Formats: sequence, C-alpha cells, structure tokens
Amino acid sequence: MMSDSKKDCFAHGGVLLFLFALQFFLPAYHHGNMARIMVLASYAIGYNLLFGYTGLLSLGHAIFFAAGLYGSGLAISQFGFSVGVALVIGVAAGCVLSAVIGALALRTEGVAFMIVTLMFAQAGYLTVLYFGEFTRGDEGFVLAHADRVLWGVSLSDQTSKYFSAFSLFCVSLIMCLALVRSRFGKVLIAIRENEERTQMLGYNVVWYKFCTIILSGSISALAGATYALLFGYVGASFASVEYSIYPLLWVLLGGAGTVIGPLVGMIFMFYLIDLSSGVTTAYMLVAGVVLVFLAVFAPQGVMGEVRSRIWKWLS
Amino acid sequence: MAVLSLLSAQGLSIKFNGLSVLSDVSFDVPKGQVRALIGPNGAGKTTLVGLLSGRLLPSSGTVHFDGQNVTNWPSHKRIVQGMGYTFQITSIFETLRVHENVALAARRHQMRDTLVNEVVEWALVRVGLAEYVNDIAGDLSYGHQRLLEIAMGLAQQPKLLILDEPTQGLTESDIEAFKALIDDLRGEVTVLLIEHNMDVVMQAADFVTVLESGQVLFEGVPSDVKASALVRAAYLGGANAKA
Ligand SMILES: Nc1ncnc2c1ncn2[C@@H]1O[C@H](COP(=O)(O)OP(=O)(O)OP(=O)(O)O)[C@@H](O)[C@H]1O
Ligand SMILES: [Mg+2]
Repeated sequence: MMSDSKKDCFAHGGVLLFLFALQFFLPAYHHGNMARIMVLASYAIGYNLLFGYTGLLSLGHAIFFAAGLYGSGLAISQFGFSVGVALVIGVAAGCVLSAVIGALALRTEGVAFMIVTLMFAQAGYLTVLYFGEFTRGDEGFVLAHADRVLWGVSLSDQTSKYFSAFSLFCVSLIMCLALVRSRFGKVLIAIRENEERTQMLGYNVVWYKFCTIILSGSISALAGATYALLFGYVGASFASVEYSIYPLLWVLLGGAGTVIGPLVGMIFMFYLIDLSSGVTTAYMLVAGVVLVFLAVFAPQGVMGEVRSRIWKWLS
Repeated sequence: MAVLSLLSAQGLSIKFNGLSVLSDVSFDVPKGQVRALIGPNGAGKTTLVGLLSGRLLPSSGTVHFDGQNVTNWPSHKRIVQGMGYTFQITSIFETLRVHENVALAARRHQMRDTLVNEVVEWALVRVGLAEYVNDIAGDLSYGHQRLLEIAMGLAQQPKLLILDEPTQGLTESDIEAFKALIDDLRGEVTVLLIEHNMDVVMQAADFVTVLESGQVLFEGVPSDVKASALVRAAYLGGANAKA
C-alpha cells in the first residue's frame, strides 16, 4: 500500500509524463494548441495559488501576465536583449509589480480587494495604450523569429515550442505542488478556511498573503514572458480585463485549490470553444450553457469533484 | 505591576459606537495561577480578553505580558510571545481534519514534523479526542468541536491559556474531564478562564475576577466570591449562573 503522499506525487508526475509523451502522438494542430494551453495553464497555476489556496480573489491578474509579456517583449524589441535576459526581465517586472500592488491592495479585504486589483489592472492596460509608441497599443508587435533563439535553438520551431511550454508547465506545477504540501502552503489553506483562527494561532496572515501575491504574480509573469517568447506576439488584449477573468474561469472549471485543476480547466475551456465554434457561430452560447451545467453539477470544478469523491489524497 | 505577574492590564477602556463597554479595568494574573473571569452576560468578558490578546485595541490603558509592553502589538505577535486563545464561538478549520487543525497550532513553534505529531497526539489525548484524529473537524458534534478548540489551545503550548467559556455545550462527563484537565495544567500553564458554570469556577479556579458592566466588581478566592453579597446581587438580574 502506497502512502497518500506518495500517491499524490506519482499522480502529478504521471500527468507530466503524459504531457511529455503526448507531443510524439499529437497531430500538428493539437500540438500547437497544447503548447499554448500549457503556457496559459501555468498562468492559471499562478492565479490558483492566490485564489484557490489562499482564498484571495484578484480581478486584475492580467497586469502580472502582461508585465511578463511586455517586460520580455520590450526587452527584445526595444533593447535587443537576448531571450534569457528578456525572460528574467519579464519575471522581475511581475515580481516588483506584484510587491507594489500587493502592499497596497492588502490594505483592503473582500470586495474592496477585488475592485482595487481590477483598478490596478485597468491602469496597467491604459499604460500599455498610452505608450503606444513602444507597445503599438491594441495592434501589438511581433518578435522576429531571429530574435527568439535560446542556446542556438529557435523557439518558433514546433518541437522546441512544445518542449519549452512543457518545461514552463513542469516548473509551475512542481513549484505549486511543493508549495502547497509545505508548511507554508498549509498555512495558506488555513487562511482560506478561517483567517481569524489562523491569525489567532500566531501566524502573520498579512505577511503570508503578501508573499503569496508576489509568488502568484511572478509565476503569472513567467507565463506571460514565455508566451511572448514562444508565440512572438505582444498585444494589449493580454492586459485587458478578459485576461484577468480567464484564469478565474479556468481555475473554477478545473477545480480551485487543486494543483492540476488549472490545466484541466484550461484544456476544457479551450476545446469547448474550439469544437463548438466549428459547429455553430453561436459557440459562446454553447460554451455558456456547458459552463452553467458544470457550475450546477460540479460546483467544486472537475478536479475538486474528483478529489472529494475519489482521490481524497490529491493535493 | 507585581513582580511575578505574567499578565498585567492597567486602566483598559474601550468604546463601541460611542458606548463604553469597558472602563478602567485593571487586573494582574500571576504566573501559574488559574484565574476565572466571571460576570453576567454582556459584562464585557469576551471584550476584555479581546483586548488582552490583541483582537481589539483599547482606547486607553496598557497590557503587559511576560515582561513586555504588548499594548500595540498585533495579535499574532502576542500569540508567538506565548498567549493561547480559544474562541467563545467555536472557530475551527471545519473542512480540515482534526489532526491538521491541531497540527496548525503546533507547527508554529515546532520545527520538526515528528515533534508536531507528538504534540498533536498529546493534545488530542488530553481532551479525549484521540480516536477522532482523522475525522473532518466539521463532522464532529458540537461538544467535540469545543474540545477540539481547547486542544488547539493546548497544542500552542502557551504560557497563558485564555479559554472563553470552554464548557459551554459540553456534557456532564466532558465537564468533569475538563476540570481534571485544568487540574493537570495547574502550575504548568497560567490559565485565564471565562466561565458561566459556577461548579467549574469553584473547583478549578485559584482566584476569581468578577466583571460587571465593564468594570471589575470584585476579586477574591472562589469561596469569598460565593459569599459576596455584591456578586450575588450582580447575578440576580438576568443571571444564568448555576451557583
Ligand atoms: N463588536 C461590537 N460592537 C458593538 N458592541 C459590542 C461588540 N462586541 C461586544 N459588544 C457589546 O459589548 C458588551 C460586552 O460584550 P461581551 O461579548 O464582551 O460580553 P460577555 O461578558 O463576553 O458576555 P457573554 O457572557 O454573553 O459572552 C455587550 O453589551 C455587547 O453587546
Ligand atoms: Mg463572551
């Protein structure tokens, strides 16, 4: 009999192995989709740390994704930095920004927190438009193939794109898994379940939240930076309010507070829209109906239901 | 401040919406004592321990704990300094297992997981919940949730354990066990016990502070409190003391 902790590790390892093997079997179209899905799922993992584990609902995470996207994109387009340096700049931008926003937003709670984060993200979006000379606003800009080369490997190539996205996803997933199984992560869950009690057990709740915002913002920025480098496009739509709502939807669908939920939710949503748009022009209606059904019959999200019904040991 | 007091409150006052709930409350708890804090409903007992533990900030007055002026400290810092707090209205992690509830209390001061598990087991055995260690806390009966709350206080291994009406909702046999638990702790831990059940007060407390309408009405050993006409008068209107 395996211990629950081991089962948990094996299950998540199995998912990673499966994603790795998948690239050898997928047709080109889905191959490209999966690369995109893994990058956006990493963004959702970052979001889930704050929302699903700590219970803080941010409506402005697009600003962190965009910080990574523009941080690395502009580092290349404006300053001609290499891919590696651009990646670091992107993550650093998200890290600094999340520290600043976290310090201010954590003075509020609940609905006020949602609104403050939403406002910051809106300010970020407008900043992107304001500096249109460099960002090219809504239209965005493209990073040349020649600039997207890491250690002699072109990131625009199908195989390396998949592999890079997979690497990013591995890093995000393993970090998340390690975190939520650690003492730190258990305090986050405690905060989500009963903040007042956690404080009265002697934990500095605000400090824990602050650290988590930085972690969450930095992972989101890492995903944003990787997106720019792999897909070569940087545009203001990624800073818009939709991109703050998406990770919330993906996480809710896949299972808030589960490590694998963000990936499941992302795949589900992606193919739901992809398939229904092939059948009807009213694809958003189809998607909406399915989402309502899920909300009614699987309120904890796919993996949340799986955990509460079958695999109780799942992180 | 007496030399040996672990906790000392001086001139604490607080208002809610302009209404004075506590005015100029001073009291000292010496190290090792089991102190009962009693008084009619609405006297301000929970508010007072809220001020002591940092859940509320006073409009005036000071709190010293373990040789430090903690008046302006946030609650978590006071807990780290050695206060343990249990809530009158049960406050546990309902979705988490009993073990994890207590482990969260122990982990803050125990670095090694094996030690954490030892503390958890010790605390659960002491309140008689050992067999429920793997249950989800929210599935426990009300009385058992109260006991879990106490176990979480014990697992913090505090210097001062603040218990806000721990026996409320407990069965007779649980109350007997609780008295025995306090006897066990006597000398080891300083206890501040808010209690309506006079049997418990008489048997468990070394010393009693009576609070009424936000002021200290009387202080003395349990038998003096029982004999006091003043205290009896305070309890006569709307009293629910069983003495
Ligand atoms: N947050 C608050 N806002 C306004 N009034 C409050 C607040 N908390 C307590 N009070 C009032 O302060 C008074 C003292 O309340 P407190 O809860 O401290 O009494 P208590 O002695 O613990 O009573 P009980 O025995 O019923 O637990 C009550 O009149 C109560 O209504
Ligand atoms: Mg009370």
